[in-house]
Amino acid sequence: MKLALKPLMILLFCFISSAATSAIDSFEFENAEQAQLFQDLSKQLRCPKCQNQNIADSNAELAKDLRNKTYELVKQGKSEAQIIDYMVARFGNFVRYDPPMTPATIFLWVGPLLSILLGFLFLYGQIRKQNRLDDKLDKEDDNRLAQILDRKTARDKPQKKGSEQ
Amino acid sequence: MANTRKIITLLIPLIIFFIVCFFLFKGLYSDPRKLDSALIGQSVPEFRLQDLYDPQKQYDASIFKGQKLLLNVWATWCPTCYAEHKFLNQLAEKGVYIIGMNYKDNRGKAIKWLTDLNDPYKISLFDKDGMLGLDLGVYGAPETYFIDSKGIIQYRHVGDLNADVWRKTLSDRFEKME
Repeated sequence: MKLALKPLMILLFCFISSAATSAIDSFEFENAEQAQLFQDLSKQLRCPKCQNQNIADSNAELAKDLRNKTYELVKQGKSEAQIIDYMVARFGNFVRYDPPMTPATIFLWVGPLLSILLGFLFLYGQIRKQNRLDDKLDKEDDNRLAQILDRKTARDKPQKKGSEQ
Repeated sequence: MANTRKIITLLIPLIIFFIVCFFLFKGLYSDPRKLDSALIGQSVPEFRLQDLYDPQKQYDASIFKGQKLLLNVWATWCPTCYAEHKFLNQLAEKGVYIIGMNYKDNRGKAIKWLTDLNDPYKISLFDKDGMLGLDLGVYGAPETYFIDSKGIIQYRHVGDLNADVWRKTLSDRFEKME
């Protein structure tokens, strides 16, 4: 029973892996660069209809249209930037998985830096506060401490002398 | 003095908490499937399309100039289009100028749909390959574009038009357009 199951499982896993590489159309290119450009573009363009899938992964009608359009534009010899601009002009920045720096998105870059900076500022403030507190204690208690120590050494000295004798 | 400073410092996390709450709360009620059109403030892209009823007849972007209008993108394969069709008829009766764009559809089915359910469109464009649809950034029917008399796109509504949404936001928008 176990022996029969193993090959079956392996066979099943083969089916899973082939299903994961979805939405393959047969596009033909004149050279490897164009094929690569098409691959790159279809991975970084987001399908506007389906949430959080690029146009390479999605089987939606619209994703198919966009793949065809991308293929057409690549065949025409358009550059990566030109094709992205073409898509952004129609669907907005939503189609880009790599968002550009705009006033609306600037926080994505500045936010982490700002919070790190704030964290350090807070730490710096805490350390300064602690130092100030420590100093205050020392000043108030300095004399008392010295007195106690003095008294102690004064008391210890004769005893030590005594034990030496 | 030191006390007020302490209160202010303690208030900062509270304020941050409320700001975060505000955005998270807003996120609860915003529909991520609704995208603003990238073409707002621009004129309708150039095109050349056949009339739905008559393949001999052709239209271009000049039909969008002269009066404010709605451009309704629809198809017979789209159930939501069926749901909004009645309301489009009502709008047309009220005198709203609507141009229809049949998007990636079958001509025969589309004509049958309009004869059965009444035709609210002054002009019906037939966009079989979805070329104008792509240029407009259509990502799902139905979509309705608000276009002013100069042919400039002012707003896009994604999803069905109904009496409720028209009364609440869209009718104001349409009235204000020139």
